[in-house]
Amino acid sequence: MNLLYGLVYIILAPVIGGIAIGLDRKVTARMQGRVGPPVLQPFYDVLKLFEKESAVVTRSQNFFVFAYLIFMALTGFLFFSGGDLLLVIFAMTLSEIFLVLGAYSVNSPYSFIGAERELVQIMAFEPVILLSAAGMYLATGSFYVGSIARSSNPLILLLPGLFIALLCVLTLKLRKSPFDLSTSHHAHQELVKGVTTEFSGSTLGSIEIAHWYETVMLLGFVYLFFGFSPLLAVAAVMLTYLLEIFIDNTFPRFKLDLALKSSWAVTLILGMANMLVLWFYVKGGLL
Amino acid sequence: MNLLIFLILFPMLAALLMLAIPRDRIRRALGYAAAVLILAASLYLLYENFSSQAVYYGTGSGLADEAMLIAEALIALFIVCVSLKSRKYYPLILVVLQSAAIFYFKLTEPPGAEIAAGLFLDRLSLTMALIIGVIGSLICIHAFGYMRDFHRHNKDVRDRRSVFFFFMYAFLGAMFGLVFSNSILWIFFFWDLTTICSFVLIGYTGTGEAVNNAFRALTLNLLGGLAFALAIVYLGATGSPLALDRILLMDKAFVLLPAVLIGFAGLTKSAQMPFSSWLVGAMVAPTPVSALLHSSTMVKAGVYMLVRFAPLFEGTTPGFMLSLVGGFTFLLASGIAISQSNAKKVLAYSTIANLGLITACAGVGTYQAVWAAILLMIFHATSKALMFLSVGTAGHKLRSLDIEDMESLITRMPGMAFMMSVGIAGMFLAPFGMLISKWATLEAFIGSNPALVCLVVFGSGMTVFFWTKWLGKIVAVSRTSKAIAEKVNRDEFLALAVLTALTIGICLFFPLVSHYFVEPFVLEVYGATAQLGQDNLTIMILMFATAMVLPFSMLHFRRERKRLPVYMGARPSTGNRFAGTAGVERELSLGSYYLERMFGEAKLMRIGMMICAALIAAMFLLTGLNYAGVPI
Repeated sequence: MNLLYGLVYIILAPVIGGIAIGLDRKVTARMQGRVGPPVLQPFYDVLKLFEKESAVVTRSQNFFVFAYLIFMALTGFLFFSGGDLLLVIFAMTLSEIFLVLGAYSVNSPYSFIGAERELVQIMAFEPVILLSAAGMYLATGSFYVGSIARSSNPLILLLPGLFIALLCVLTLKLRKSPFDLSTSHHAHQELVKGVTTEFSGSTLGSIEIAHWYETVMLLGFVYLFFGFSPLLAVAAVMLTYLLEIFIDNTFPRFKLDLALKSSWAVTLILGMANMLVLWFYVKGGLL
Repeated sequence: MNLLIFLILFPMLAALLMLAIPRDRIRRALGYAAAVLILAASLYLLYENFSSQAVYYGTGSGLADEAMLIAEALIALFIVCVSLKSRKYYPLILVVLQSAAIFYFKLTEPPGAEIAAGLFLDRLSLTMALIIGVIGSLICIHAFGYMRDFHRHNKDVRDRRSVFFFFMYAFLGAMFGLVFSNSILWIFFFWDLTTICSFVLIGYTGTGEAVNNAFRALTLNLLGGLAFALAIVYLGATGSPLALDRILLMDKAFVLLPAVLIGFAGLTKSAQMPFSSWLVGAMVAPTPVSALLHSSTMVKAGVYMLVRFAPLFEGTTPGFMLSLVGGFTFLLASGIAISQSNAKKVLAYSTIANLGLITACAGVGTYQAVWAAILLMIFHATSKALMFLSVGTAGHKLRSLDIEDMESLITRMPGMAFMMSVGIAGMFLAPFGMLISKWATLEAFIGSNPALVCLVVFGSGMTVFFWTKWLGKIVAVSRTSKAIAEKVNRDEFLALAVLTALTIGICLFFPLVSHYFVEPFVLEVYGATAQLGQDNLTIMILMFATAMVLPFSMLHFRRERKRLPVYMGARPSTGNRFAGTAGVERELSLGSYYLERMFGEAKLMRIGMMICAALIAAMFLLTGLNYAGVPI
């Protein structure tokens, strides 16, 4: 494990994440024939949020968001330090659960629906990312992010099914349509702002920053599939992000149960088939 | 050895005392003393054997054998009587068959087939003894307070508390006997004893439903008992040794059938699909009974035997089938838990799911898997006992066991809410115990069985859903709810507080638990052991430290700041009420998702029973083929 990379992540991830979101907004605007905001707009937004008065529904709510931010940063720290992939995933789940609990704690109808939906999304996402980690273990013989990233095996060729499944379900984590169901950029009319409805000021800003951390961490996960060639990997990560923006702008939103069923179906069919093939490949001594 | 015999016989003696004393106050005082003594004795057992290897004790077993045979005959007679009285014929048939098998074995037993060592103590029995001694006696303490309230609330139930406590304590004695016995015959005797204890305790309230469920538990467990008896007959007929340590050393191909038969018995006792219905039905019993069945006794007896026989399952096809039964049970029971709103039912399905995970580990049988299985047993026992007892206590105060009624528990009963949250976090959240074991399980499966990995990852997502949903109900702060004035009584509070501390403590000292209890056993059996890497240990400590420090930030967040009402679609609202359409004022109420259509109990249960029954059939078929000389 190399803690230095982790520290670099803690400092740089918000910057990269913010710019990524800024680019997202720009590209989205162009796809829709608008000019769009400046690339640095997300930073202006968050800075402005931190200037605002802090108001709450119950006093404990901000605590949960603080824990969400801390654990999300810790997750990325563990990931970029090269820690155990399974532990990284469990830490990520933990941080998300704090956000969900924050949404529950205010006992408000819109954030309650958001929280329930967010949980369904976690349930939809967890299998594919755990299975990807297991696949990477089979292909490289290690759960450590450091070893996987440095492995000379072309993981993308060994785990194509899992990669595609992950791409489909990643949409959900990046809060993009068709899975934009719980914090909703697109569905104000039914959800207001879902999970984040009752948060304001610096707390809302913290949620945004945590999302930047999360985005960078997830893109790092995509990187692992191409770790054998860093140049290719960076290109692949960018392309993936662009693809997600494209999907966001082309698909209508799914209903909740369709979102769950489709992400599980993709995981089950592509992910499991991939695992089985890889398993016999590895046991056959071909790797 | 005296200590082992004390731990088996003393709870029995205490049980007799409970039966003999009619006055509740004196019974309580004596019960307390007995529970504390059992707890102290099991701790002393740890102290005395802290660093010793496995020890085997020769017992002049003649007298004990005779006594057990007589007791067994009495139990059989008892079952025959109650079955006839209630006109239940399945348990009747099963108990007759079982007795016939044992009778046949006794007749054909070659003279002089003495077992050198009747009792033994190794790391696994020591771990089990601690689980039984510490958690079991805490549950008994809790039960004194709980049962008083229980009879105050349920006037129509006949007060048979002396019988109740008789069987509670006898249960502990039976469990101690089970984990200390080396003779397979003795294990079988104690095995039957746990069956009969659970039968009486489940049927305690005497309502039609309770009696039915008690008989279902009896039938299914007797079915397992029959398989166990057949394993003994087989061992006797082939002239195999009857001591556990010797059986485990035999050639795999030769003892596969008895191992599979005992594995089958383990499946029934640990409530795996298709036999899971008895454990769900057992929730009609008073909550301490559920806590006992789910955490430290009964179901743990099933997985204990599975883990014991795990080395024989390693790498065999029947073992693979067994692990799939566990895997599917984990997946489907976790799914069913999503659709349930009764707290006890959610807990029951979560127990079945976790036992499935342990079963899967035992079926895989590699040293990593067994390491994970024992960790799971330890963590599950503490967290589940805490969960059941706190649900029972809160249920009495709230007059409901529905999770929806636990809304805003954090403001109504802050102490209970805290304990329950620790219990829930202990069941699935990093960096608490169960999650560590789930992670160990995944690492163990990936090396041997990709199908199991798939089952575990899907099931794991489901557990996150139903536990967080529950936790969310507890931490929700409703503006209108008031604190519940009724105090939790001392017995219950004591047990709960100790269990909460235990749940946190075991997580905190988890590396020590693994190092002193689990690794030595695995090392002794396999000559190799899994353990936590240095890096991962650092990560765990980092996470735990963060989780411990974070609550201090509440000092900052607790400060008073501007308060706003929740957003209700821009409708005017006060407290819990808002202006609905057409000038009607409505009350706000929030209900969780249960996703009935996808995770309905009937549907998933049907699927699980079919799959698991088929897998068990295949397990026996393949074992048969193995004997027919087909290489598998």
